Amino acid sequence: MGLSPVLWQFLVKWLHNSSLFPAEASGISPYVDALYFFLVMMTIVGTALVAVLLLVFSIRYRREKNPVATQIEGSTLLEATWTIIPLAIFLVTFVWGALLYFRIYNPPANAMNIYIVGKQWMWKAEHPGGQHEINALHVPLGKPVQLTMISQDVFHSFSIPDFRIKREVIPGRYSTVWFEATQVGTYHLFCTQYCGTQHSGMVGEVTVLTPQDYKKWLDQSTSGQSLAQNGERLFASMGCNSCHSGTAAARGPSLAGVYGSKLTLTDGSQILVDDAYLRDAILNPSKHVTAGFAPIMPTYQGQLSEDGLIDLVEFIKNMQSNYRVQQTFVTSASGESAPTTPPQGTNETVNP
Amino acid sequence: MSAAIGNTIVSLPDQTTAQIPKRNYINNEHGLLSWLLTGDHKRIAILYLISITFFFFIGGAFAGLIRLELLTPQPDLVSSDTYNKFFTMHGIIMIFLFLVPSVPATLGNFLIPIMLGAKDLAFPKINLLSWYLYVIGGTLTLAALVLGGVDTGWTFTTPLSTHYLNTHVITAAMAIFIAGFASIFTGLNFIVTIHRMRCPGMTWFRMPLFVWAHYAASLLMVLGTPVLAIALVLVALERIFGIGVFDPTKGGDPLLFQHLFWFYSHPAVYIMILPGMGVISEVISTFSRKRIFGYTAVAFSSVAIALFGFFVWEHHMFIMGVSNYSALVFSLLTMLVAVPSAIKIFNWAFTLQKGSITFETPMLYSFGFMGLFTIGGLTGVFLGSLGMDIHLTETYFIVAHFHFVMVGGMLMAFLAGIHFWWPKMTGRMYPESLSKLAAVTTFIGFNLTFLPQFILGYLGMPRRYHAYPPEFQVLNVLSTAGATVLGVGYMLPMLYLAWSLKYGAIAGDNPWQATGLEWQIQSPPLTENFTETPIMDHEAYDYEWLANKTKKEVTTVG
Repeated sequence: MGLSPVLWQFLVKWLHNSSLFPAEASGISPYVDALYFFLVMMTIVGTALVAVLLLVFSIRYRREKNPVATQIEGSTLLEATWTIIPLAIFLVTFVWGALLYFRIYNPPANAMNIYIVGKQWMWKAEHPGGQHEINALHVPLGKPVQLTMISQDVFHSFSIPDFRIKREVIPGRYSTVWFEATQVGTYHLFCTQYCGTQHSGMVGEVTVLTPQDYKKWLDQSTSGQSLAQNGERLFASMGCNSCHSGTAAARGPSLAGVYGSKLTLTDGSQILVDDAYLRDAILNPSKHVTAGFAPIMPTYQGQLSEDGLIDLVEFIKNMQSNYRVQQTFVTSASGESAPTTPPQGTNETVNP
Repeated sequence: MSAAIGNTIVSLPDQTTAQIPKRNYINNEHGLLSWLLTGDHKRIAILYLISITFFFFIGGAFAGLIRLELLTPQPDLVSSDTYNKFFTMHGIIMIFLFLVPSVPATLGNFLIPIMLGAKDLAFPKINLLSWYLYVIGGTLTLAALVLGGVDTGWTFTTPLSTHYLNTHVITAAMAIFIAGFASIFTGLNFIVTIHRMRCPGMTWFRMPLFVWAHYAASLLMVLGTPVLAIALVLVALERIFGIGVFDPTKGGDPLLFQHLFWFYSHPAVYIMILPGMGVISEVISTFSRKRIFGYTAVAFSSVAIALFGFFVWEHHMFIMGVSNYSALVFSLLTMLVAVPSAIKIFNWAFTLQKGSITFETPMLYSFGFMGLFTIGGLTGVFLGSLGMDIHLTETYFIVAHFHFVMVGGMLMAFLAGIHFWWPKMTGRMYPESLSKLAAVTTFIGFNLTFLPQFILGYLGMPRRYHAYPPEFQVLNVLSTAGATVLGVGYMLPMLYLAWSLKYGAIAGDNPWQATGLEWQIQSPPLTENFTETPIMDHEAYDYEWLANKTKKEVTTVG
């Protein structure tokens, strides 16, 4: 935008204070707004052009002034003009929009991750440290935050208008979005995909805290168990460790350090191990058999909730060695008190 | 009529002696059965006109209820389930039972054979069958409504529609399935008629642009609607037997439904708008007494819209985790489909240049169309632009955008067409000043209703919300106020058009001095349209030919 920054801020602030414009509370907002104002200008100029043409011709060539029409076949030059100029403007919009799209959807490498589970009709946020929230999300100021989201039932859509971000939350598939909050405050969180009766009740508040306040919040709100710790218990109680033990004789591949690596499957294809892959490999193991192993893993479809899957994914993600796996395996094999998974939903704390 | 040059081209016969022609398609046969079993394309058009008007006012009533609920931020008028049923019924009725058949099944049905110089459509019985299918579809929709409604939204998004709702989804899906065949048959009939039944001399490039637009829309109807039908059958099968095509726990893909649905429902937008564009071409030419500027450009842009229209459906799914490359391709194609619409708008505007313009009601509606459709089209570019779409999609911005295209565009075009051809269909004129008032009321009411929704959308207010944060109230109140004005704007034509059936001035053959073949025959036309097969020996919109013809007629009489 060629607009001076002072004027720009003034305009945005004035519109925002009159409830005509959303706050610019994330790093991406000014970039989205710049494209928006460009497009608004395009619409105003385009519509004004049509209106002026209609008005001027209507006045100059109304029947009283011009009783006899002059027939005109057309003009190739004019046709070319109004094909090429709109096309050029639309192509600029296309490129600009595409650049913005990748900027909004490709997270920086240092983004911290928070899991979001959507279900009729609430949002559940799960922080790696074990903080759980419902219809609320606390994030630190000035730090890129990535959301890894999944739906437990129907399509939902996670939208924070003041951050200019939105992404569909889909059943059976992780989707991600990221943002960096630039203003302390609370902001609306909406579900924007129609999801049944209480669709308009599936709303919440995003609270942006200074890093100090955020740390305080984290300490006060933890349930005592991190997601990875929960995952570790599940790993043992579901019997994962009996095959994925990391020993030489193990029937399943070692999972230590597998996250982020390139895996070769039995059909020779290479695949990058990310959250989505891990989730899918637990639910549809026969589709993803690591080269050198037999397809003997049973499916865990229907046995794990999305929260449980998130715990497992988070555990495997952070697993650097097989030491603890083998330790737990020995414990459970010897029949001593094996760690059990707490029933779902008991370890959530709703934050005020 | 040799008065001094006035500000109107309306030339009516002397009202003291004029009368409706003794034999015409309306009084050719009598009795209800003669209408219900007719093969006459004009009578079927009238049947369609009555039924779509009925459904328009039902769909409109739901719109009124929605706006009334949104007057306050709290969910206080009805329960959430009821609200969800309101917008679902509004969408289903307005799209499948009003907009899709609006211009093609009424004006198209009535006019295409006459414009081509034919006695009827190629398959009159299939044409009648099409109306019956429409009625069955409409009845089933009403049944779903009376039995307790349906709350899927008109988009039937899975797995919500397949696994999570216990309303009358299958009834509604069946209604749309059946109404879809009505539209396929209409399209088929038009395509065959346009290919095979043009009168001698009627080459492709002598056809009125109205016919070109319907040809393009028909291609979309015939090729697109079956895909919607399949998608809805799959939803029904999933509900009844749990076949799992869209169910991720059974290895299905919930996004597949959206691909199938939008593969029809995006082209459906062009099914709805193209025939309206055809109307605008006829009206603009007639009231500026000029051949349409760049006839071939306008004709081919219709075909281009139909062609590109099939390859942009994924722009409804940019935020749904589709691959980056496909998002790029679909965004680019979306930008391309906007160009033919721009071409049309500018060609219409330049048709006015050096014309001899008058401002009868159809022309006012057409001006309204051009302004509102331009805004509707350009705001579509916002949504086709990938990064912008993220913030705007699923908000009131998108609601405003498609209402600008569908209501500001299509409904304006429909009303322009109804007023323009009303004298031809009924033999009588509508009251001119009252109808101008209605046109202006509609335009003002429309803008007041939908302009605030663009702002609401950018503020982030999601669509299909029963309750909303209090800071959005002012804009919502404006929108509801506008809807009230708009409602008045739509009631007026209903009333005065009904009045004019008995009391309107006798129109005569050609009140507008227009060039189309339909204006060279009596109003209302004979059942067989022409007394002898016409021969097209001039271009479309040839006003010199018309002037010569009129002169000759005068000499023979005198």
